[in-house]
Amino acid sequence: MADGPARSAPRAAFEIIVNGAPRRVDVDLRTTLLDLLRETLRLSGTKKGCDHGQCGACTVLVDGVRINSCLSLAVMHEGQHITTIEGIGLPPDLSPLQRAFLQRDAFQCGYCTPGQICSALAMLEEVRRGEPSAETPDLGAAVIALTDAEIRERMSGNICRCSAYPQILEAIRDVAGAAG
Amino acid sequence: MRPFTYERAASAAGAAKAASETPGARFLAGGTNLLDLMKLEIERPQHLIDVGRLPLDGIEDTADGGLRIGAMATNTAAASDRRVRTRYPVLAQAILAGASAQLRNKASVGGNLLQRTRCSYFYDPAKPCNKREPGAGCSALGGDARGNAILGASEACVATHPSDMAVALVALGASVETATPAGETRERAVDALHRLPGNTPHVETTLAPGELVTAVVLPPPPAGRQEYRKVRDRASYAGGLFSLALAGGGLALGAVALKPWRAAKAEAALAAGASAAEAAAAELDAARGTGRNDFKITLARRVITDALQGGPAR
Repeated sequence: MADGPARSAPRAAFEIIVNGAPRRVDVDLRTTLLDLLRETLRLSGTKKGCDHGQCGACTVLVDGVRINSCLSLAVMHEGQHITTIEGIGLPPDLSPLQRAFLQRDAFQCGYCTPGQICSALAMLEEVRRGEPSAETPDLGAAVIALTDAEIRERMSGNICRCSAYPQILEAIRDVAGAAG
Repeated sequence: MRPFTYERAASAAGAAKAASETPGARFLAGGTNLLDLMKLEIERPQHLIDVGRLPLDGIEDTADGGLRIGAMATNTAAASDRRVRTRYPVLAQAILAGASAQLRNKASVGGNLLQRTRCSYFYDPAKPCNKREPGAGCSALGGDARGNAILGASEACVATHPSDMAVALVALGASVETATPAGETRERAVDALHRLPGNTPHVETTLAPGELVTAVVLPPPPAGRQEYRKVRDRASYAGGLFSLALAGGGLALGAVALKPWRAAKAEAALAAGASAAEAAAAELDAARGTGRNDFKITLARRVITDALQGGPAR
């Protein structure tokens, strides 16, 4: 059993499905899902902000559910389906949320944007599934109305250093309205 | 992060046995707290036993009209369950008051109970902390301990337990089910899971080595009002400065002690006919601040009194 960096660290070889493609990887066990995506698979769309689950820049979808990829080991996701911003849409075939972010100017530096879009996409599904938030007025309600307060609360795990929050809210509202 | 070895558990009993027999082993469920602490090398497990895929994520009715929530159910799954939302709204509210959606989607119910304090000195390896290194001293005493404990603290530690969910569970009188390395199933009140710091703040729970939390068991819903209130520096995604869970005659306080705090004195005072203010005073008579957190005593008194009087929530 390794107890220091001097010895070779234990590794794991496994398959993981990223944006629909099965990938065989062999990594140091300490590799986070975020580092696997960026460093091993060279999918640099997913961003490393704080690396401690506080900023949301690393948000990806695991089997359709949004998580912070920095707070998960890659090996924990053996056999699971990961969706990153590259899987949501690449130019010129952008997804509705990506187009809405462009139209609403919902970013300045853009560093948090992949996380914001992955988060928003999964968030809209959570609302469709009827999952409540702290802003849901009636916890017993089967259908949740996506108010601005709901969107803000549900997106609080994604920080924007440029503070484009009003435009992010508008972009999400555009897509939610069009879908609903 | 220090190197470690890894195994995926095949059963709860096997995981408990392996954890008790492997030096430096820790259970890994959602990982949201453990991996954060491993990156900071505050947690340095030599071996991880991944229990995240064990079939312990079910939520089922119990024979007596209660509810059993598997320890591997995510925080989101527990808060979204229709029975939790309608019969135990205080629990759904408490879970939704914590963390972010991404974290709640990953974090397990068992892990939520066993998450570690967010005391800033515990998180700073450059500062002495009796929790990280027994006997090293407590930097929070005399430091910036604005968020720290006002009840049940000691000279060795003034940290608080960060869970919102656990506060609701204590108010509801829930219990926690475990698998032991000997292959037995044990049950104890959530109120009896966490320890106050005393002289051993590094010993945080009453779990034996290798004992794995497998479920949380709720008694039938209490008669009367249920409500969770949380006061914090930001409207969302922030730890509490003070929180409160009311469930019928049950009252528990959060962010005041190293465990979710059963307000037994206030409960007894109310049962004996005391006013809301008198009940709050009875509970907080023993509260002590360390200077910068003295305001929490006033805050607690006001929120308890208002909640018991039935003031508007939020």
